[in-house]
Amino acid sequence: MDLKDKLVSSFLAFENRVDNDAYVHDVRTDAFKIFEEKGFPTKKDEAWKYTSLNSVLKQDYSLFPKQEDALEYRDVKKYFIHDIDSYKIVFIDGKYSSHLSQTTHDGMDVCLMSAALSKPKYQLVIQNYFNKVATTDSLTSLNTAFSSEGAFIHIPKNKIVEKPIQIVHFSTGNEAATMLQPRNLIVVDENSHVQIIERHQSLTENPVLTNSVTEIFANKRAIVDYYKIQNDNHNASLIDNTFINQKRESHASVHTFSFGGKLTRNNLNFFQNGERIDSTLKGVTIIGDKQHVDHNTLVHHIEPNCESHQDYKGIFDDNATGVFNGKVIVEKEAQKTNAFQANNNILISDKATINTKPQLEIFADDVKCSHGCTIGQLDESAMFYMRSRGIPEKEAKGLLMYAFSNNVLSSVKIPEIKQRITKLIANKLGVNIGFEV
Amino acid sequence: MLKIENLHARVEDKAILRGINLEVKPGEVHAIMGPNGSGKSTLSSVIAGKEEYEVTDGNIIFDGEDIDELAAEERAHKGIFLSFQYPVEIPGVSVTNFMKTAINETRKAQGLEEMPAKDMLKLIREKSELLEIDRKFLSRSLNEGFSGGEKKRNEIFQMAMLEPKLAILDETDSGLDIDALRIVANGVNKLKNENNAVVVITHYQRLLDYIVPDFVHVLYDGRIVKSGGKELAHELEEKGYDWIKEEANA
Repeated sequence: MDLKDKLVSSFLAFENRVDNDAYVHDVRTDAFKIFEEKGFPTKKDEAWKYTSLNSVLKQDYSLFPKQEDALEYRDVKKYFIHDIDSYKIVFIDGKYSSHLSQTTHDGMDVCLMSAALSKPKYQLVIQNYFNKVATTDSLTSLNTAFSSEGAFIHIPKNKIVEKPIQIVHFSTGNEAATMLQPRNLIVVDENSHVQIIERHQSLTENPVLTNSVTEIFANKRAIVDYYKIQNDNHNASLIDNTFINQKRESHASVHTFSFGGKLTRNNLNFFQNGERIDSTLKGVTIIGDKQHVDHNTLVHHIEPNCESHQDYKGIFDDNATGVFNGKVIVEKEAQKTNAFQANNNILISDKATINTKPQLEIFADDVKCSHGCTIGQLDESAMFYMRSRGIPEKEAKGLLMYAFSNNVLSSVKIPEIKQRITKLIANKLGVNIGFEV
Repeated sequence: MLKIENLHARVEDKAILRGINLEVKPGEVHAIMGPNGSGKSTLSSVIAGKEEYEVTDGNIIFDGEDIDELAAEERAHKGIFLSFQYPVEIPGVSVTNFMKTAINETRKAQGLEEMPAKDMLKLIREKSELLEIDRKFLSRSLNEGFSGGEKKRNEIFQMAMLEPKLAILDETDSGLDIDALRIVANGVNKLKNENNAVVVITHYQRLLDYIVPDFVHVLYDGRIVKSGGKELAHELEEKGYDWIKEEANA
């Protein structure tokens, strides 16, 4: 039975098993119909032209893996940013791990989606926000249909959350192959500020497919900084669908660091519903072997006087393939928009590939929009310059690539994340950068 | 220290150096002058180990060892330093971090421990004062947005940090105003001693008023066609290069 049939045939049993609020039930049922009709995207879909899901869909995934809450913190500590105090929402094979988590209801909610979907006190928030910014493409709909667990974060107004929140999904390889569909909902009210770190980590070589949906609402003057660390092992694939709805004067940023995984697709969508909004989308991709990373971004400028900044860097070795498809829409009303987009790539090997495509649809006439993409090799004259100062070829390459990706790191606000990412970059490039950042 | 014998080099199919002979001993300052396109920069790049140039004949001996097969960084570890005519911008790497990496990689290659952070800071302070470099400047990305003069001063700062045996200064005077020229020359002179040597490559005599050479060589068409003392530089300044070309072509 292929994966779609398997999903379709298990939907009713799933729906009957989970606690059902009537509203959520309707949302799931509608979403299921959309997926059933559309199925998985193929290369015939324009948005999937350079990314084929064939190889990841052919596995016989277990859709509801059995739980085994046997992870000890010391064994998985390295997957956390562990040198800072933080809230943690941790899942093992899709199930919440209270043992590894540190949640709170003290003046805000940093807790579980399953609780939010079933408890009456969250009913209003769910009805106002759940599935309100997620689109109706087939993969998002599939996630919506099966949504039951994930992180639920609600920060009421005028609250600066000092500690970052880490959302970590582990898969243990309990099943021969596992499919996970986490669903996160993050609501940040007026004047509040939150920082979130998200990671998906497979602990064995057994195949994992994660189809994740995150909805983020940055209300008036809210600040949301989101960091995605994608450094999973070679049999883990991730389809990340993130939707951000911004209200006036809010600032939202998403940094995506893609260093691992078999196939990674990031569908990142920003909707600016208000004036003087700032949206930042940045990413560093460093991959090799046969890895594939696809960034598919959308910034929808709907109202005047807003900004967006996109900066994606990619370094591709061996047979790795990368895709960048950055769409910016500026509506007729969105005058005085400043929209910037850059995608710069280095191909280290002759067999590595990058497909990069900026897509600008501008209907306003008084705007500043720029985009640029480059594909190049390492600068030979820079290499000679560094080597002539005694820096060996390998370290010089590493330092150049580090320098290349540094623009993106400069806007990371949490120093521990910056240090961690620098270390990951150094490890990935096999060099000792030789100094602290 | 440096002995170049019958050196021939080409880039792609074009022969640029066509039989260079040059010997530099410890404590000496040599100037290599010549018209544009005579091969001055090629000579400095070949000594420093730039891979685009192919040595087709002859030898480069440094401290008794043929270095022709060595990579650029290995030559640097042995004590060869090239001050670039056009220093390369490295965004995202500060001057300080770049120097830390360069010094510690050199020390590693020489079998030494990394330099303790305290010593490194002291060295940076000392050498930046020598070149009259503002400390704030050192945290900026290497050469990014530097003026021509700042780039050159930074090159000599790096030379001061690395303390090479042989320093080759490729057109270090170009792009320098007179004050910067004095600071740079003063820095070079203070670093000079009986155990190291300097090769100054220049089109003009100007820098040689400050860094006084023991020998002046004129490069033309890939060969050294004339050598002499510092008075040769003055003669070239007065008469230009045409008479050299005529003599060489005669």
